[in-house]
Amino acid sequence: MRVSLKTGLFSCYSTAEGVKIVDYAGWALPMRFSGGIVAEHRAVRSTVGLFDVSHMGRIAVEGSGSTRFVDWLTTNTLPDERRARYSFLCAEDGGCVDDVLVYRFGEESYELVVNAVNRGEVMLRLVECRRILFNEDDRPAVIDRTTESCQIAVQGPRAAEVVSSVCSTDVTTLRNYEVATDVRAAAGRIVISRTGYTGEDGYELFSPLPSGPRLWNGLVAEGRRYGVEPCGLGARDSLRFEAGLPLYGHELDRCTNPVEASLARFVDFTKGEFCGRKALLAAASGGARRKRIGLELVDRGVPRSGDAVYRRGRECGVVTSGGKCHTVGIFAAMAFVPTEGEDEGFEIAVREKLKAARLRSLPFYRRRRE
Amino acid sequence: MNIPEGLTYTRSHEWLRFADRRVYVGITDHAQDSLGDIVYVDLPETNVEVSLGDEIATIESVKAAEPIFAPLSGTIVEVNNDLVETPEKINEDPYATHIFVMEFSDENEKKTLLDHLGYAKAIEENGD
Repeated sequence: MRVSLKTGLFSCYSTAEGVKIVDYAGWALPMRFSGGIVAEHRAVRSTVGLFDVSHMGRIAVEGSGSTRFVDWLTTNTLPDERRARYSFLCAEDGGCVDDVLVYRFGEESYELVVNAVNRGEVMLRLVECRRILFNEDDRPAVIDRTTESCQIAVQGPRAAEVVSSVCSTDVTTLRNYEVATDVRAAAGRIVISRTGYTGEDGYELFSPLPSGPRLWNGLVAEGRRYGVEPCGLGARDSLRFEAGLPLYGHELDRCTNPVEASLARFVDFTKGEFCGRKALLAAASGGARRKRIGLELVDRGVPRSGDAVYRRGRECGVVTSGGKCHTVGIFAAMAFVPTEGEDEGFEIAVREKLKAARLRSLPFYRRRRE
Repeated sequence: MNIPEGLTYTRSHEWLRFADRRVYVGITDHAQDSLGDIVYVDLPETNVEVSLGDEIATIESVKAAEPIFAPLSGTIVEVNNDLVETPEKINEDPYATHIFVMEFSDENEKKTLLDHLGYAKAIEENGD
């Protein structure tokens, strides 16, 4: 019998009334709190939600050679110091090993924030690639810092107010994807980035493991007057889906390259050699056979991952993620279909019945920017 | 978990309220809690004859889809059309929100149903 890992914040919410804890990628995490997924989803869109995302892998790459190493491993331009950037770790064939946030703390100091489900695989890849690229006596350090730290996402229109209420510095001036280090918060020192996975404004807070609970409890207490709600994995998924964001294992996997996933803008072909460049360039130059699209159900039903997609009566693709968009109010799907052919006459096989659908551009939801 | 005394139940988490030969059917508090937020109900067709145990409807939540079985043999005479626009009413008030109404054909089949104590025991025994 396998026992789930617990994050440093587990004890803060595990006894909350009505919480439903599940195993996710080997971690015990809340699927939802007592209000339910839809209420949490709406709270993030209208006020602010709090997520324990400590299960994400946090892997430090630092020291001499780090820049060369991370630049070769990832597809996107490296971020400048004190910035983060969305990128991919691809294999030589262009297939996606993981989608990551690359954080840069210094000239030769990085942290990769990776999907929990891929943490082991990514570590193996980093260590193996390092062995090939560097001599043992002159190489960057690769350190899995996941179990030494906590990560909290604060997301929604009032996120800036909530995070400011626990920090001694003004975080409202932090720009999108900017990173602030050594911020004093709730009797500890943390790293903050203006990042998130919900389609709303928000922050991610990184703290050492021992001060995590105090930070979480501080956010709950101070955030109460702004209407902060703790949220679980269910809302995390429905929010990212509505915002058209990919989830590894659905829109991305080892057999899918970023070009097919309609994410070629996160591949920088001008930056010189990187792993997978040749294959990705071929895909981007007209070689990609599939593309990711958004679909809205015209007939009633709930599309789910794995449902077959038809175009003009012929089965041609598959749903990668599907469900109800709780803010926009539609039943929708993200799906792979062939790049060739007309995008019309769509149907999705929902519970073995064909339901008509139409193309809908992604994202399904886009927040209003002031 | 709320299990009202005046209703009858099935092992598959439906409640029944009898009105002569008609019976109103919905799902229990236990069922709606397990499902989570309900986003869609695939209602049964009316004027259709069904047998006890037939799968006749589906309730879909954000995360799952659960079948609804005919608790008795008979004919579906009515469905709750409110559930087309507001399926979440089942979560909000499961015992005030029926899904369909049927006329049952076999009095003897009532013996397969549970009272509120029997249903409470069934949930406990199944560790549901």
